[in-house]
Amino acid sequence: MRHLLSAADLDAGTANALLDTAERLKEALLGREVRKLPTLRGRTVVTMFYESSTRTRASFEIAGKWMSADVVNVSASGSAVSKGESLRDTALTLAAMGTDCVILRHPASGAAHRMSEWVGAHVVNAGDGMHEHPTQALLDAATLRERLGSLEGRRVTIVGDVLHSRVARSNVALLHTLGARVHLVAPPTLLPTGVTAWPVTIGHDLDAALPGSDAVMTLRVQEERMHGGFFPSAREYAIGYGLSEPRAARLPEHAVVLHPGPMLRGMEISAAVADSSRAAITSQVSNGVHVRMAVLYHLLASQEEES
Amino acid sequence: MTSRPGAGAAGAAGQRELLSAADVARTVARMAHEIIEGTAPAEAVLLGIPSRGIPLARRLAARIGEFSGTAAAVGTLDITLYRDDLRRRPTRPLEPTALPVGGVDDAVVVLVDDVLFSGRTVRAALDALRDHGRPRVVQLAVLVDRGHRELPIRADYVGKNLPTSRDEEIAVLLSETDDRDAVVIRRSQQ
Repeated sequence: MRHLLSAADLDAGTANALLDTAERLKEALLGREVRKLPTLRGRTVVTMFYESSTRTRASFEIAGKWMSADVVNVSASGSAVSKGESLRDTALTLAAMGTDCVILRHPASGAAHRMSEWVGAHVVNAGDGMHEHPTQALLDAATLRERLGSLEGRRVTIVGDVLHSRVARSNVALLHTLGARVHLVAPPTLLPTGVTAWPVTIGHDLDAALPGSDAVMTLRVQEERMHGGFFPSAREYAIGYGLSEPRAARLPEHAVVLHPGPMLRGMEISAAVADSSRAAITSQVSNGVHVRMAVLYHLLASQEEES
Repeated sequence: MTSRPGAGAAGAAGQRELLSAADVARTVARMAHEIIEGTAPAEAVLLGIPSRGIPLARRLAARIGEFSGTAAAVGTLDITLYRDDLRRRPTRPLEPTALPVGGVDDAVVVLVDDVLFSGRTVRAALDALRDHGRPRVVQLAVLVDRGHRELPIRADYVGKNLPTSRDEEIAVLLSETDDRDAVVIRRSQQ
């Protein structure tokens, strides 16, 4: 693996190898005094975040540090980007400093892909616009595997703002590769054009979808990407598509509730459901660190492939 | 195995059997006795290094329990993340790590592996161990010592010393992972 740009690039073998590595890393770090592995000593990882983020950025930084890589954070505000430097020039500057891996979050879809053509370093897509967020899909898959065993044949319902969601796109691709059956539930205004070509089934009735779901993934309503008119009001959205307590009661006993965060409690998910035992939201966060460690391990801790 | 080729005779796949299933069983039993003498089984923690150190550690622990009446704790220690040759090879899959509940602090840890060769695996295991705690003593048990050390490391318990040439390869076969118990030598496939 040279870069991780898209969950759609991962075949089942590679995806499972990453998930296995993440599971082993979790095991290896369990209960130990020194949570530091020497594996990436002397390797430099730069996180470049052109959009705000708490968990993804912190998660990548912790992942790098726990494997002894040197991690440098660059954000758009407070760097030369705010002086008007282009993405390419910033990238080339960082590459010239000897960066081994660039982790990029950018509001433009395809930014990570462009970056991979400009720099010799490994590139990891940490979210590009409304396109993909592959490590989120991997950590969701890791969490589901942990709770449900295999993903083969499992029914996963993804509900909410699919249109603006890179999390949904990456998850659809990866879950399909891993053999799960994905069902999307959203108001028609929040489904992208071309969704009918995705390997999913589509519905608009959450209540009907829940009893047959092994997992339900609620998506955040991304107001920052919306410019009005997608649904009448937050209250109406919550009534139609929010995962409330009575709704969650329709799920089978074993079903898992996921949310990529940040959560808008009372909007797409109620506080009671988010804090219930079937919610795996904090597991998602801790698995995120292990999954990102696995990605860095696969990219940086092996012989360079001939490109 | 009933059709054991005599020592020195080349087998079908160009390999020679150095230890039979019975030899392996006898050797493990002898090593268990030596470990009982060298440690106090109650405070001993046997840590198998993947992959074949795992079944060996379990067998040794079972024998120790049988002979001394005191069970020794068993665990697994993966050393992949501590290897010094990661960047010379394609990505290596990680193996399981499972330490006994009490951890390794103040324990007499016996690292268990199938073959002692360059010593680099043991070096990595010592580094890995240090991150898990502070054992009182660390010892090393190997089924086969084939020589060619590249680091100043020696084993405390050796099943069999087998002088080899560098272009040969020693394979320890154990019924848990292979079809039978044996130690064979063959030409290196590289």
